[in-house]
Amino acid sequence: MKLKIDVMVDLYRTMKTIREFEERIVDLYARGLVPGLAHLYIGEEAVAAGVCATLAQDDYITSTHRGHGHVIAKGAELKRMMAELFGKKTGYCKGKGGSMHIADMEAGILGANGIAGGGLPIATGAGWSAKWRKTQQVTGCFFGDDASNNGTFHESLNLASIHKLPVVYVCENNLYGISVCQAKHMPISDISIRATAYDIPGVTVDGNDVIEVYQAAFKAVERARAGEGPTLIECKTYRWRGHHEGDPNQGGRYRAKDEIESWKEKCPIARLAGKMIQNKQITEKGLQDIDDQVVRAIEEAVAFAKQSEFPDLDEMYEDVLVN
Amino acid sequence: MREITYCEALNEALRESMRTDERVVILGEDVGCYGGIFQITKGLQDEFGPDRVVDTPIAEAGFVGAGVGAALTGMRPVVEIMFIDFTTVCMDMIINQMAKMRYMFGGKGKVPMVLRVNIGAGRGTAAQHSQSFHSLFMHIPGLLVAVPATAYDAKGLLMEAIQNDNPVIFVEHKRLYNTKGDVPEESYTIPFGQAEIKRAGTDVTVVATHALVTEALKAAEEAAEKGIEVEVVDLRTLVPLDRKTILDSVKKTGRLLVADEDNITCGVASEVSALVAEEAVYALKAPILRNASPDTPVPFSPPLEKAYMFGQERLMQSIRNLMKY
Ligand SMILES: Cc1ncc(C[n+]2csc(CCOP(=O)(O)OP(=O)(O)O)c2C)c(N)n1
Ligand SMILES: [Mg+2]
Repeated sequence: MKLKIDVMVDLYRTMKTIREFEERIVDLYARGLVPGLAHLYIGEEAVAAGVCATLAQDDYITSTHRGHGHVIAKGAELKRMMAELFGKKTGYCKGKGGSMHIADMEAGILGANGIAGGGLPIATGAGWSAKWRKTQQVTGCFFGDDASNNGTFHESLNLASIHKLPVVYVCENNLYGISVCQAKHMPISDISIRATAYDIPGVTVDGNDVIEVYQAAFKAVERARAGEGPTLIECKTYRWRGHHEGDPNQGGRYRAKDEIESWKEKCPIARLAGKMIQNKQITEKGLQDIDDQVVRAIEEAVAFAKQSEFPDLDEMYEDVLVN
Repeated sequence: MREITYCEALNEALRESMRTDERVVILGEDVGCYGGIFQITKGLQDEFGPDRVVDTPIAEAGFVGAGVGAALTGMRPVVEIMFIDFTTVCMDMIINQMAKMRYMFGGKGKVPMVLRVNIGAGRGTAAQHSQSFHSLFMHIPGLLVAVPATAYDAKGLLMEAIQNDNPVIFVEHKRLYNTKGDVPEESYTIPFGQAEIKRAGTDVTVVATHALVTEALKAAEEAAEKGIEVEVVDLRTLVPLDRKTILDSVKKTGRLLVADEDNITCGVASEVSALVAEEAVYALKAPILRNASPDTPVPFSPPLEKAYMFGQERLMQSIRNLMKY
């Protein structure tokens, strides 16, 4: 399957937006404007961009603690995201959730999640719901390599397979769960083989090649929409920064510098840009224009977040239950 | 005496326990080369090797349950759960297995295991990384629950927890990790069920846990300037609960404030209040007051989180209110 040029341009724009957003967070976090925990997605942009580009507006996703990329790719507004990260009233969760809990029911974003593995059953239920409600909605479920060791992963894939649920399970294998490398947390190297146990398709793709991710996701979404059931897609990738901001030396306590540098060579954004230039699908100028637009959008988001108010103290007691 | 941090005191307790008892093993996420995300297990994998200090996958039900099985068959596992919030994903292993076996089996078998967790808001980490629901474990028969407030207590209570033949939920406090205190270099244990009067007084009893012990001591200092003598009782363990120390203190002062960071409903503060209402109501000169967290999840936004939390100021207000009677 060949991708249309406008699809590729959109993929580029999405990845660039995620990268720029995250790079701004590095700075804003260091200056104390974004409190709490910030788990950045730099280096892994192709996964969120590639998968979400195959989903429709009313399709769903579940996300993780490392969720900014998923949420941006699914169509969240940068302003409301940034405001949430600042803890402002105008944020997606009125400032109550922060980085790890961004959600937007209108955009089908069923929440980033602070619990590793927590999103898997939720995605399964969203898929089940679409089946019960007889809609054509598909759910994309993001989770990490280490989260796939959790019971929730196995229970979810089993349920989804038995009931042929329209869910695409996307494992972002960035080779680590915090400090624990894959070889120490599981005995296999390709997580996709776990699909075999649940009798569903399992594929491994280069998670730094957005086109490969897109193609795999496209196929899985088609299958899901056709009522044929779930797919497990493993995307091999790498996070450039520490587990979260503040992790000493970008995770240097448990990762060799060479390893980190070698993955930076495989930058998914530079790769797509290079390919498009080479194939004369876009000009340097064309890319630059997108970059400028992206930078401007992030600037506006930061300004919006800064200008917004913190919530009133009484708001603490609201939203515990539906009134 | 030498001063070290609460964090270092815990590390020392683990190290000394592992040196003297080879049945002690540590399981948890990132406890190895990373030293645990709060550095409590720092250096232990270097000294004892990856077989005794084991980095686990994200599989809490699996490795907590494995701890139970290992304890039942002769080991003394110390299992770390990164935040108390994540005990929810392995509650069956804690509540139905670890806590129940001894009783269900009619006194056969024992589960000498320590489950280390931590509580506390104030780090901007929102509703799934900031909870303080330690009272939940106090509610479940079959578990001991320790709540150290100082570096000294952290070491002595953890040594005791590891040597104890019962399952222990060992509740640490994130804001205390970097606080310093006098800690002896040699090994020692602090028996469970012994609250400590951290300051003696005659007008108001403040029963406190964790970081609120320090806040209560500061409030007591402030109150003393106004001629109010506050007695601060640090529970140190919730199970067993040192009922006698609580009741004796209240009988002396006639006024009780309970300060604990769990949500106010059905928390430690409720239990201590009920105890005093049942056993010492005639000694009371004023209604019992509770200072605890509101019944909402912990909000992320800094001003909201700040409003959610409380310390010296709120305690002082309550002390003043009690003195109106
Ligand atoms: C149930 C649970 N256990 C532990 C954690 C702490 N924790 C947060 S992220 C993480 C590692 C996640 O690794 P992986 O799933 O590979 O995702 P990555 O961070 O690499 O994107 C851990 C252990 C958690 N959030 N939830
Ligand atoms: Mg990972």
